Amino acid sequence: MKGYNFAYLDEQTKRMIRRALLKAVAIPGHQVPFGSREMPLPYGWGTGGIQVTASILGQNDTLKVIDQGADDTTNAVSIRHFFARTAGVATTTSTAKATVIQTRHRIPEETLRSDQIIVYQVPQPEPLSRLEPSRVETKRMHALADYGLMHVKLYEDVARLGQISISYDYPVLVNHRYLTSPSPIPAFDNPKMDRMPALQLFGAGREKRIYAIPPWTDVRSLDFDDHPFRPINAPQACGLCGAADSYKDEVVTDDRGGRMFVCSDTDHCERRRNDAA
Amino acid sequence: MAYVAVKGGERAIRNAHAWLAEERRGDPSVPDLGLDQIRQQLGRAVDRAMGEGSLYDPELAALAIKQAQGDLIEAAFLLRAFRTTLPRFAHSRAVDTARMRAARRISAIFKDLPGGQILGPTYDYTHRLLDFELAEDTLPPDAPRAAPDPSPMPRVPDILGREGLLEPDGATDAEPGDLTRDPLRFPAGRDVRLQALARGDEGFLLAMGYSTQRGYGGSHPFAGEVRMGEVSVEIEPPELGFAIDIGDLTVTECQMVNQFKGSKTQPPQFTRGYGLVFGFSERKAMSMALVDRAMRAEELGEDVTAPAQNVEFVLYHSDNIEATGFVEHLKLPHYVDFQSELQNVRRLREAVERREAAE
Repeated sequence: MKGYNFAYLDEQTKRMIRRALLKAVAIPGHQVPFGSREMPLPYGWGTGGIQVTASILGQNDTLKVIDQGADDTTNAVSIRHFFARTAGVATTTSTAKATVIQTRHRIPEETLRSDQIIVYQVPQPEPLSRLEPSRVETKRMHALADYGLMHVKLYEDVARLGQISISYDYPVLVNHRYLTSPSPIPAFDNPKMDRMPALQLFGAGREKRIYAIPPWTDVRSLDFDDHPFRPINAPQACGLCGAADSYKDEVVTDDRGGRMFVCSDTDHCERRRNDAA
Repeated sequence: MAYVAVKGGERAIRNAHAWLAEERRGDPSVPDLGLDQIRQQLGRAVDRAMGEGSLYDPELAALAIKQAQGDLIEAAFLLRAFRTTLPRFAHSRAVDTARMRAARRISAIFKDLPGGQILGPTYDYTHRLLDFELAEDTLPPDAPRAAPDPSPMPRVPDILGREGLLEPDGATDAEPGDLTRDPLRFPAGRDVRLQALARGDEGFLLAMGYSTQRGYGGSHPFAGEVRMGEVSVEIEPPELGFAIDIGDLTVTECQMVNQFKGSKTQPPQFTRGYGLVFGFSERKAMSMALVDRAMRAEELGEDVTAPAQNVEFVLYHSDNIEATGFVEHLKLPHYVDFQSELQNVRRLREAVERREAAE
């Protein structure tokens, strides 16, 4: 694009972000502050993910962008266009063909490979933020691995509701050390993060933090022995492809209680329907 | 299933933007708004967009305001996104506001002082009556003119400081922090706090400053001085070894003089709060000075109890570009998360119903 560097950011900025990424990979799950830039998209709309993607993207990469699991949600379309325009890279909707996948709120159903990188858009990198608003305090808690506050929150859930009531952005312990936000993916997706062959990078633009989970790292969703982690999904099978094991969106079909459940991962659903045909 | 539309997002975005462009232009039989008109006749809007966009360029600010249909936060956002792509050639020297060519200078603590009180082009003392004649294209009568007064206009803190009645600036030689390059970290120095406030949202600072006046972290403020006018920006290229003038900025500066502090052993001294913003924006400069002083509570040994005194709270929420993005991101689809909440609530309800049935 005329007047702008490859993938929008100037090379000095990319270098600064790559340094933060290297540190993040070296300390899995630890939030690394970085000099997040103002982007031409609003904060909260994926500026962190976009900056990470812009810094790792090469000319031969193939990019896939999803939002809510779908390639065609408006914000995914907008971000895919942004990179098609500023980097001129190939884009795809196929999970298998992508080398870099930027996502908001989902992990694709298809198991990712070691030659792929998944970049998460993160609105709130601090998993303790709802329990302790001060970052000075939460920083201290991470330093001391003092996560009692979160365990108490989970315990209170069990005491009051009979079960842990977090259904998305379900906190995980990365590499047995750092309490980490998986970003607002449904808890259903959490097990996919554990020992994932692909590199997982997380960018929070507004909060100016980067963190990472290297390939094959242990990622454990917090739970108790007598209240094990239980992912949530609709019990119904997909109304389009019949998949029972994929995460479903609920689509309201009329005003008389009519419902249809369909795969949230549009590429997965489409591939299954093509295979069946 | 229109909103879920598996295909069609691209076309929808294209069409929406075409509609927006049409809306922006409005009725084509009405003449197009020129950037010179915005710069000349909507100067306060230009100033606000430059201040919160933290880019001093009236021409680009006028363009941003036109492109944003007068939405000043959107205009500041456009300027910020442009500014971030610009290379940095140099750091300027600190501007010297004592040498300002002031169009306005008032002090609320001295009846008269060297350099005098100058009202300048102010709304103060106007009666807020809608002027129906302005609806027509009218030319105002010439304002009276006087020869510029060459006498120096020392800053009020310098006058008070000479007697030791006001705490000194606390200036350091260290290079100031820069929020646009390094993320906010705590404890945040006053340099970084002032930068955040200067870029901060006028409405937020106004409310925060106002809250200190209503008892949430009060500090007995006096408007020591407010001045507005042009200052020179100088850089000192290392290969030259001396400073050169690269242009002028219009800025508004506020020096707030606040409650004194002292002890048996230390003579009492007034404390201060400082505000400086691009353009003519007295409301923001004054609010900024109030909030700056409030955030110094801990440093001055005062109890930190009010929102305006909480540095983390103020600094994390003063930036309207960050705030507007995150508030408005709620309109992005969240159906995956909402779906898991739905299933979660259904599961919790089932558990309760099962228990009730068993009883």
